[in-house]
Amino acid sequence: MIKYIARRVLYMIPTLILISMISFAIIQLPPGDFLTTLVAQMSAQGESVDRSQIVTLEARYGLDQPFYVQYWKWISNIVLHGDFGESFEWNRPVSELLLERLPLTIALAGGTLLFTWAVSLPVGIYSAVRQYSIGDYVITFLGFLGIAIPNFLLALVIAYISYKYFGQSVVGLFSPEYVDAEWNLGKVLDLLAHIWVPVFVLGAAGMAGVIRIVRANLLDELHKPYVVTARSKGVPERRLLVKYPVRVALNPFVSTVGWVLPLLLSGEVIVAQVLGLQTTGPLLLRALLSQDMYLAGSIILMISVLTVIGTLISDILLAWLDPRIRYQYQ
Amino acid sequence: MTEPPQPQIQEEPEARQQATERGEREAEIYVASQWKLVWWRFRKHRLAVVGTVIVILIYLIALFAEFVAPFTPDAFDADYTYAPPQRLHFFDKDGFGLYVYGYSTKLNEETLVRTFQVDESKKVPVRLFAHGNSYKMWGLFETDLHLLGPVEKGEPMYLLGANDQGQDMLSRIIFGARVSMSIGLVGVALSFIFGVFLGGISGYYAGATDTVIQRLIELLMSIPTLPLWLGLSAALPPEWSPLRIYFGITIILSLIGWTDLARVVRGRFLSLRGEDFVMAAELDGSSKPRIILRHMLPSFASHVIASLTLAVPAMILAETALSFLGLGLQPPIVSWGVLLQEAQNIRSLATAPWLLLPGFAVIIAVLALNFMGDGLRDSADPYAR
Repeated sequence: MIKYIARRVLYMIPTLILISMISFAIIQLPPGDFLTTLVAQMSAQGESVDRSQIVTLEARYGLDQPFYVQYWKWISNIVLHGDFGESFEWNRPVSELLLERLPLTIALAGGTLLFTWAVSLPVGIYSAVRQYSIGDYVITFLGFLGIAIPNFLLALVIAYISYKYFGQSVVGLFSPEYVDAEWNLGKVLDLLAHIWVPVFVLGAAGMAGVIRIVRANLLDELHKPYVVTARSKGVPERRLLVKYPVRVALNPFVSTVGWVLPLLLSGEVIVAQVLGLQTTGPLLLRALLSQDMYLAGSIILMISVLTVIGTLISDILLAWLDPRIRYQYQ
Repeated sequence: MTEPPQPQIQEEPEARQQATERGEREAEIYVASQWKLVWWRFRKHRLAVVGTVIVILIYLIALFAEFVAPFTPDAFDADYTYAPPQRLHFFDKDGFGLYVYGYSTKLNEETLVRTFQVDESKKVPVRLFAHGNSYKMWGLFETDLHLLGPVEKGEPMYLLGANDQGQDMLSRIIFGARVSMSIGLVGVALSFIFGVFLGGISGYYAGATDTVIQRLIELLMSIPTLPLWLGLSAALPPEWSPLRIYFGITIILSLIGWTDLARVVRGRFLSLRGEDFVMAAELDGSSKPRIILRHMLPSFASHVIASLTLAVPAMILAETALSFLGLGLQPPIVSWGVLLQEAQNIRSLATAPWLLLPGFAVIIAVLALNFMGDGLRDSADPYAR
């Protein structure tokens, strides 16, 4: 087991390095560098540009030096000092902004994942056990719809309904009185009361996918000889189902995290924008539109790193659950 | 792919008629080409056939958008801002006759907001092949013929309502189909080139090349796509012409979208590499490109086509999401995502819920393409089972 974990962690390192390079490339992509944008913005606002300030910034980011030196400065500052650079639009360190928003994104993604599991397990089992029943058809149909409806459209419809019938203009994650409040029990409860709408919107597509996989896996198991044997020996149907086939069919739950998590974090960007959530998504969008590239690149980096770590955890869980995978590496 | 021997038909006088019929059908199956077998199996999949018909319809509408749409997409009328959808009536007092009811408007004195009411006393006659705004069909010839339109030019006809500039939603959705549906095709064509090339190399040469390409695919799959797409499209220079932006976006979408396709191609290559006919071709001294293109490609073409069909809706959804967020295509271009930008403002959505209709066009297109792709995937291997 330890050998397996060590192997997976080692594999992760080149992935992380490449991800950081891609994120940095995105920072570099827009024409001109960060400073030219800053100077243009400041002079557009009629502020005089301080020559010495520019020189300091140039030295800090190594802007007069080649690409790889800049990359090295950027990444070593992040890894060694937790310094992600400065957001010139907010005039604050990027790390502060990330600390504010990232926990909410993680909570939202985690909550959605749990919700996806909690719904798709019973529904998937029902759909497989009662194959070709009306309920199965309804579930299959809803599943197709869940995959075809872009989640932001679902979010728009919900936003429309809440505005039209409840008079709330933004769904949000908190009630107005809690948005800027310090964390306390009331704020947590308020968050729990609001989070289910985005969780449902975000989870819809993943749920549809996972239900289909659980159903297919369980259907494969249900016709295997050991199930027939157990049934002929008189094991009650419910116990028979829960004890063996469901346990085997549970594997995809953990193994699908690898693709459900990127899906969730992708969807989060657009859903959060529509529903007005205070997560990283709208922050990223604004940063990109205003070419606040250090902020944008850092958000992309952190979201990708989160996904890789989530996938790693799911792989380890899978190895823990399934000895076949564990023993492959021993 | 050798043909199985034809079954021997027993010559019995009474049963001869029946036997020959059955025999003929069996013989037909034995000699049918792979594509025929694929088609026979596909035909059984009813949802897939329905999906295919809808997909073909949508593409036809997109192709003939100028003619099918009642108006040109940029025609506007400030008098009909946010005019609600009208119902098309088919029967007049004396038999068949197409018409819609006009609007009466009321200006709210306090808010200065114009509200529309369907005015049953004003009848706007509508006809097929009406003369409306003139356009140049495919840039070839000038005409003003529209499939459906008001008899009198300039009369209001908003079957799906109007937007904030009094532009007809129906016409704009039809023109949006052209961009949205074609971006899926172009994007998939580009991913196809990347995917088949890299997947083919990966599967054919195996070994270290395979490992490197597989790691790259895993890396790209582990990054949430939307933030990456957003980051890349934010870098497209804003002064680019709409056409260049369009191609820029498709390239960005396919840069990340090729991974699934490469996996399918690689898997097929790995399983075909050990087949006897590949060995035979190798012993015959065929070159590698010839083996790949002439012998291996035809035998997994059906799988590739199925995966391609399933990749189109993903591209359409991606373009819609990007344009909706304002980092994809921009307003002079009409696509479903661009149209949905108008629905982003919750207040205008509350006054005009029909702004969401382009979203339903997306859902229909994506569902139809998914059903078609599922059917193709199930029938891609006619020799299985």
